[in-house]
Amino acid sequence: MMPRLTVVDADRCVGCQLCMFACNRRYGEGGLAKSAIRVRSVGGFERGFVVVACRACPDPPCMKVCPVDALEQRRGGGVVLKEGKCIGCRRCAEACPVHAVFWDDEVNKPDICVHCGYCVGYCPHEVLAMKEAEPV
Amino acid sequence: MRLPTRVLMVDLTGRRFTVEDRSDLFQYYIGGSGVAINLLKENCPVGSDPLGPDNPIVFAVGPLVGLYPLASKTVSMFKSPLTGNLGESHAGGRSAVAIRCAGYGAIVIRGASESPVYLSIDDKGVQFRDASGIWGIASTVTTGRVIRELEVGAGTRTIMRIGGAGEHLVRYASVTTETYRHFGRLGLGAVFGSKKLKAVTVSGNHGIEVSDRKLYRETYDDIYKRAVSSPVMKKYHDIGTASNIMPLNLQKGLPMMNLKATTSTEAEHISGERLAENYLGRRVACAHCPVACIHIAALREPYEKEPYFYKTTMIPYDYELIYGLGSMVGIFDEKAMLHLIDAVEIWGLDAMSTGVVLAWATEAQEKGLITQNETLGLTLKFGDEPAYAKAVEYIVKQPNEFYAALAKGVDFASKRFGGEDYALAFGGNEMPGYHTGPVSHVGHLTGSRHSHLDAAGYSIDQAALKDKLPDPKNAAAKLLKEEAWRQVLSGLVVCFFARGIYDKDTVAKALTIAGHKMAPDALDGIGMEILREKNRFKEMEGFKAKELRIPGRVFETPSPLGKVDEKYLRESVEEFYRLLYA
Repeated sequence: MMPRLTVVDADRCVGCQLCMFACNRRYGEGGLAKSAIRVRSVGGFERGFVVVACRACPDPPCMKVCPVDALEQRRGGGVVLKEGKCIGCRRCAEACPVHAVFWDDEVNKPDICVHCGYCVGYCPHEVLAMKEAEPV
Repeated sequence: MRLPTRVLMVDLTGRRFTVEDRSDLFQYYIGGSGVAINLLKENCPVGSDPLGPDNPIVFAVGPLVGLYPLASKTVSMFKSPLTGNLGESHAGGRSAVAIRCAGYGAIVIRGASESPVYLSIDDKGVQFRDASGIWGIASTVTTGRVIRELEVGAGTRTIMRIGGAGEHLVRYASVTTETYRHFGRLGLGAVFGSKKLKAVTVSGNHGIEVSDRKLYRETYDDIYKRAVSSPVMKKYHDIGTASNIMPLNLQKGLPMMNLKATTSTEAEHISGERLAENYLGRRVACAHCPVACIHIAALREPYEKEPYFYKTTMIPYDYELIYGLGSMVGIFDEKAMLHLIDAVEIWGLDAMSTGVVLAWATEAQEKGLITQNETLGLTLKFGDEPAYAKAVEYIVKQPNEFYAALAKGVDFASKRFGGEDYALAFGGNEMPGYHTGPVSHVGHLTGSRHSHLDAAGYSIDQAALKDKLPDPKNAAAKLLKEEAWRQVLSGLVVCFFARGIYDKDTVAKALTIAGHKMAPDALDGIGMEILREKNRFKEMEGFKAKELRIPGRVFETPSPLGKVDEKYLRESVEEFYRLLYA
């Protein structure tokens, strides 16, 4: 199996969002347009944080609703985006039950996590890790 | 999109907005404080009423925001209703990243609304939302909760809002963002209130191009590694700024009971170490900051009348809050202190100003200048938290002339009721928590915001514990140099905690990659120019260094360096302004 990005302990998250910026930096850019991970509060900073990241589903709902087959199954779970095929219909984003398909408004395409683990290297508080999926 | 040079101009009176490109300002003044002071001058006619429609609110960010860690501050500028002069206050949270990623370098809010309003800002501009159903919500926390549900953009937005103190125009009301960050000092909350502006939300998730992608990643990694391995950063992560309570207490420089004392065996109860051990429930960070210096206590308490029914309140604490609402008002019981902090947070007041005002009122009542007639039956005593919590409510609601005076600050209240010698304010701004020696106070007097953050005079005092105290002229030169450099940092909107990481070469390199070519040696001159611009604004508004009032208490209570000498302060202040314009 291939390892996937895993949120190991969201309670350690301080909400610094370094993972979000790291994800975007893979493209050599700053800001957040291409980031495929989100950290938001649980309804206010006093209650802590939610890390919204792709679960690398073995049977991805986002892929199933794509009308143009722009999403292909990734080995180890999740999907790979064939950008040339994508028509920007947003059905994948609507289908993801954990809202982990983000949107790049600048090019009207989804931001899809490729489970590269780049963000893990910038999480100073051990919230994220690359791990093999464990059978439930 | 490269440099953030677009300025969003909002007119509250006409409910209109425009976007202007101000590359001219950002090219030279970088961003943050440098751009904000120019936008303030352009938009604030001399002699404007700070609580009138002519007083603009300026928010400015800088070219490193969203690109590098620890560069996530927003600078606000306005004419201060507390001092009648330069109002400048910085806050982090997600404000700066949201503003930049919505595509703006600055936001200017002018005019005033007839009815309550809040602004929802994104890359397409401004929505003027009716806030008549939200106006009157006294709690900054509740206000945030309501707006959070009404607006989109969770995770990439900021919600700046006021509570009851801002609505009731308390001159030191703050603006709260992300529950625990504040534009705390000098009364931005009252300016919001005067415009019937309950909140400003900004959301955005644009990308930011750089001039060299590879060099960008390398420079980022260098800054990041230095940030996570620095001992200063570790200190602020572990215990937080509250780790300074015990050292200051040991040095005998922590103001207590209206600066009647500077050390106490009881200080340990409100120390960062004690709070971390018994109450620390969560640490949170500003956007793009690995440090997470924001420390939050979890206070679990039973409801009095119902068995097994508990509530847990999450209350932030920091050095300045512990000083203002702990030691300065003689509260050394940590639960009592947390209660008072919570009250002040919820109303949306500046913690330091509130603490100093309460401390003065306590001493004024002790000395008989005011009685229960003025306090509406309260006996204010150092350490008496319930009485203080009630007084804070009265300051917000201002049921009589006395509390209305307290709501105007300690300078105003002491002019009206007496006791100026122990009304601890500098340039109209209530004192921060440092009585470390003469240089800290020279800094409070000369700092463009009359804040400890302007030039950190306390650190010169603290160095003098081991070394020699510089003479007044030398002290002035050191303070000026530091304050000028801090204008560069607040132009970039880099957090002052990261000042050791963002040295001149790092700044120039990071800026060049951001698309702003800058020679390291040019930075000093720009910092000095920004500082002069700020001081020119103050002088146009009537500020006179020669007329600065120094409360006598400062000379009575010994500092760690012995009694503070008035001559030293006056000489040093004079030299500071001579050098500033030299």
